[in-house]
Amino acid sequence: MTYVIEGRTGPWELVIGLEVHAQVVSKSKLFSGASAEYGAEPNSQVSLVDAAFPGMLPVINQECVAQAVRTGLGLDAQINLVSRFDRKNYFYADLPAGYQISQFAHPVVGAGTVEIELADGSTKRIGVTRLHLEQDAGKSLHDQDPARSFIDLNRSGVALMEIVSEPDLRSPEEAGAYLRKMRTILRYLGTCDGNMEEGSMRADVNVSVRKHGEPFRTRCEVKNVNSVRFVMQAIEAEAARQVQVWEDGHEVMQETRLFDPARGETRSLRSKEDAHDYRYFPDPDLLPLVLDEDWVASLRAHLPELPDAKRARFVAQHGLPAYDAAVLVADQETAAFFETVAAGRDAKQAANWMMGDFFAALNRTGRTIADSPVSASSLGGLLDLLADKTINGRIAKEVFEAMVDTGEHPAAIVESRGLRQVVDTGAIDAAVDAVLAANPDKLAEYRAGKDKLFGFFVGQVMKAMAGKGNPALVNEALKQRLA
Amino acid sequence: MLTDLTLVQARDGLRRKDFSAAELTGAHLDAVEALNPQLNAYITVMGDTARQGAADADAALASGDTRPLLGLPLAIKDLFCTAGTRTTAGSRILSPFVPPYESTVTANLLRDGAVFLGKANLDEFAMGSSNMTSAYGPVQNPWTRADGAKLVPGGSSGGSVAAVAARMALGATATDTGGSIRQPAAFCGIVGVKPTYGRCSRWGVVAFASSLDQAGPVARTVEDCAVLLGSMAGFDPKDSTSADRAVPDFAAACRRGVRGLRIGVPREYRADGMPPEVDALWRQGLDWLRAEGAEIVDVSLPHTKYGLATYYIVAPAEASSNLARYDGVRYGIRVDGVDLTDLYERTRAEGFGKEVQRRIMIGTYVLSSGYYDAYYLRAQKVRALILRDFTEAFAKVDTLLTPTCPSAAFAQGENMDDPVKMYLNDVFTVPASMAGVPGLSVPAGLDGQGLPLGLQVIGRPFDEETMFAVGAALERAARFSALPAIRAGAHA
Amino acid sequence: MSLDPATVRRVAKLARIRVDEAALGQLAQELGGILGWIEQLNEVDVDGIEPLAGAAQMALRLRADEVTDGGIAEQVLGNAPDRAGPFYAVPKVVE
Repeated sequence: MTYVIEGRTGPWELVIGLEVHAQVVSKSKLFSGASAEYGAEPNSQVSLVDAAFPGMLPVINQECVAQAVRTGLGLDAQINLVSRFDRKNYFYADLPAGYQISQFAHPVVGAGTVEIELADGSTKRIGVTRLHLEQDAGKSLHDQDPARSFIDLNRSGVALMEIVSEPDLRSPEEAGAYLRKMRTILRYLGTCDGNMEEGSMRADVNVSVRKHGEPFRTRCEVKNVNSVRFVMQAIEAEAARQVQVWEDGHEVMQETRLFDPARGETRSLRSKEDAHDYRYFPDPDLLPLVLDEDWVASLRAHLPELPDAKRARFVAQHGLPAYDAAVLVADQETAAFFETVAAGRDAKQAANWMMGDFFAALNRTGRTIADSPVSASSLGGLLDLLADKTINGRIAKEVFEAMVDTGEHPAAIVESRGLRQVVDTGAIDAAVDAVLAANPDKLAEYRAGKDKLFGFFVGQVMKAMAGKGNPALVNEALKQRLA
Repeated sequence: MLTDLTLVQARDGLRRKDFSAAELTGAHLDAVEALNPQLNAYITVMGDTARQGAADADAALASGDTRPLLGLPLAIKDLFCTAGTRTTAGSRILSPFVPPYESTVTANLLRDGAVFLGKANLDEFAMGSSNMTSAYGPVQNPWTRADGAKLVPGGSSGGSVAAVAARMALGATATDTGGSIRQPAAFCGIVGVKPTYGRCSRWGVVAFASSLDQAGPVARTVEDCAVLLGSMAGFDPKDSTSADRAVPDFAAACRRGVRGLRIGVPREYRADGMPPEVDALWRQGLDWLRAEGAEIVDVSLPHTKYGLATYYIVAPAEASSNLARYDGVRYGIRVDGVDLTDLYERTRAEGFGKEVQRRIMIGTYVLSSGYYDAYYLRAQKVRALILRDFTEAFAKVDTLLTPTCPSAAFAQGENMDDPVKMYLNDVFTVPASMAGVPGLSVPAGLDGQGLPLGLQVIGRPFDEETMFAVGAALERAARFSALPAIRAGAHA
Repeated sequence: MSLDPATVRRVAKLARIRVDEAALGQLAQELGGILGWIEQLNEVDVDGIEPLAGAAQMALRLRADEVTDGGIAEQVLGNAPDRAGPFYAVPKVVE
């Protein structure tokens, strides 16, 4: 079922491509030795090379190249052993040299793919056209002074990977899934921390619309969208706008736009006197980047297990349904947490607990896996208590909440609060008798044929036993008494 | 007079304690004071720095320090960033700029004990062949013509060369992109060397055309240049185009002689309309080398005539991008505007001279959408052909011999009406630049008006030694002893 | 070859150099003259020729990933015509 926008003239399909700008994890910048860390005092992480002083020259950072290659390998992409840096020439306050060193004609990484999982359980392969390395620009602050903008070049020269997708996406959901998957892959590889709020990962969204069966129509680019949610909203807003334009009998003009989340619409970028002519040419301060095959092979050999492979293994090894596996591998730490919990235990049960109560608790307390109040071994301990029937399912939930609140181990909580499951048939029989005696009319109704009341009696017995009755034994006892 | 010594003689004199570094530097500063108002070879005179440097050198010499350039006073082309001393690139746009860093080449010279007399004048941003485009006034050639016209020293390193020729410095640093060392050296009767591309670091040298710029020495003898180059050269990890090669003993190579060497004569350099005296000097040069035991071989460099056009696409293209950083934001002058774009446009219009603006425009045009393939890409292919010409020629010969320029120095104001006329000065020097091979100009004779003419030796990549050997042999044979009228110690 | 003033205006804009309307004609002529002279390169047969990359050297040298620079705010800001504390200042830019 293709996603469509219903226009006046009928349904319109969407064609979407994403360009992700991912800041490379490295200590120093792409072409200078200044620090690439986020958040320092303005202009304190700037070399004279970054500030484009006269006579300054670029020297490339090996680790940035390695990170780009690792990412290419993680995207199952072609690694180009020979690539080249080009200058992209334009003037802007945050671009000190008046050009950005990028890769235009010969990027370091070629075609690859990303597999995305959708809510209905289907998967889709999205093409990656290329990945190249380029310099990030500095930052301008426009709100510090009434008449002036302030420039901070700390970010100028930090390495970016620009990852371009094929226009294979067809809905906001697919775009969101692609972005999330891309972020997961980058985080698994350790090549980018994928933090969209901090700006270490940004997306430019290319959107066009068409009637079914048509070739592509004109597209517009929505620049610098910094959250998955906004990307999806921007796509909807921009596609709707374009449909309107076409249906009004006009033509969509190719242009660059910005998404305004407050208004939920895109607007044209003002500084467009004439389209940018970037005058790309090979950077004469640099030479061709030539990679050694053995070096690339060793990078490949040391890659961590990637999300798709891990997901497949969780399905095969742990018997998890594909959807559950996908959820658990979305984050490397979550996957590791799960494997610790599942080790030597019922993996499906572990998965259910994590995806249910555990994630809910993290959400509620605003924590992440990294600073989880419940450790993997603790959660595992809880499962052990269930497995050996020390507690029942309902009590386990109570114990879990106590674990979240206190950080204590489940066994300790069970003991200190006396939550052990009651398996003493005598006690159970007594409780059953008491409940039946206390509810004569309900008993009569049951005897008269209202079978549903069985559940009521079970509930009452559990209540009387403070939840600690072994459910199977309680059922058994009730059945006998009511027979 | 101390100012008549060669660099090597001065070095040896200091070591023998014939005189002190203070005296040597003092004599040169006196010469600067006397002659610079007329010749305008220096933009910034570093009197205090020089005297301090000389004093330090004397102390070092006394303690037995034998560094190769200790106490020797040099002029530094104002394209090299010198820490704490204004560096203008001959442009108004950098008039207030004081770099907080030292270029690698000048740091190497300081490491070896040199004394800096001042920053030498040049065509603005090294773009020119006459030193007429400097924002700090033109440089006058110390050589004079009978009709009394002021002559150009050539360019872009006009100031460096005039300073050395007039004995206001023992030697100087210069840069060569299309001939900016060799051509002025020829115009002023001294030696100039452009090494192989990558031999000297470009870090800290204000960039004009990155794939062509090379630092090199100018001095009054071939051996002087060899000594200077020995200090200037060397691998620099801060420059990605710097060659990771050991620096050979260039001075020793000067004594090799030329017996058994094959000297190539490229037939395409014998252009129509070449002045007969230039041609005659060229033949004379070949005779000298033959007499010394070299073999003369005719060779062909078929793409020679396209060198200039190729240069005037590639160099402006790279320059248009390299000069984008001069925008009034982080250093240099700023002219205010109503908005940022206006600020850029006014700053650059007022900060850059006409020739620089022309070249930036040419460069911007040839790189612009729709023109890249027709101009820049094509030029880089022709450049590959020019390099191939040299490579094939060097399979048959060890060096080439050509005239350096199609004429002697012309008068200030001549050739200014048509930019292309000025460009033609570089016709013999540009091809070696495009190929990245080393070239040297040595004064070999005088023209009919008593003005110096130079011969150019072109060598294999990274074989400056053979080039020096041939240059030194020519120098010995030519026994060029004429002196410019305007020089230290000459009485008007 | 002649360049029309509109082209010169566009190129000047790309290069961020202010050219007075009065000077456009002269500049167009000069640039046209230079470009016309350059046209001779069209005579050369460049079929199958790879454009020259970098002369002399072969491949880019890679540097180790260490922080060796930065922390020099005073040097970086010291030559600025307009400075606001730790920032460069320019006329306000409106997006």
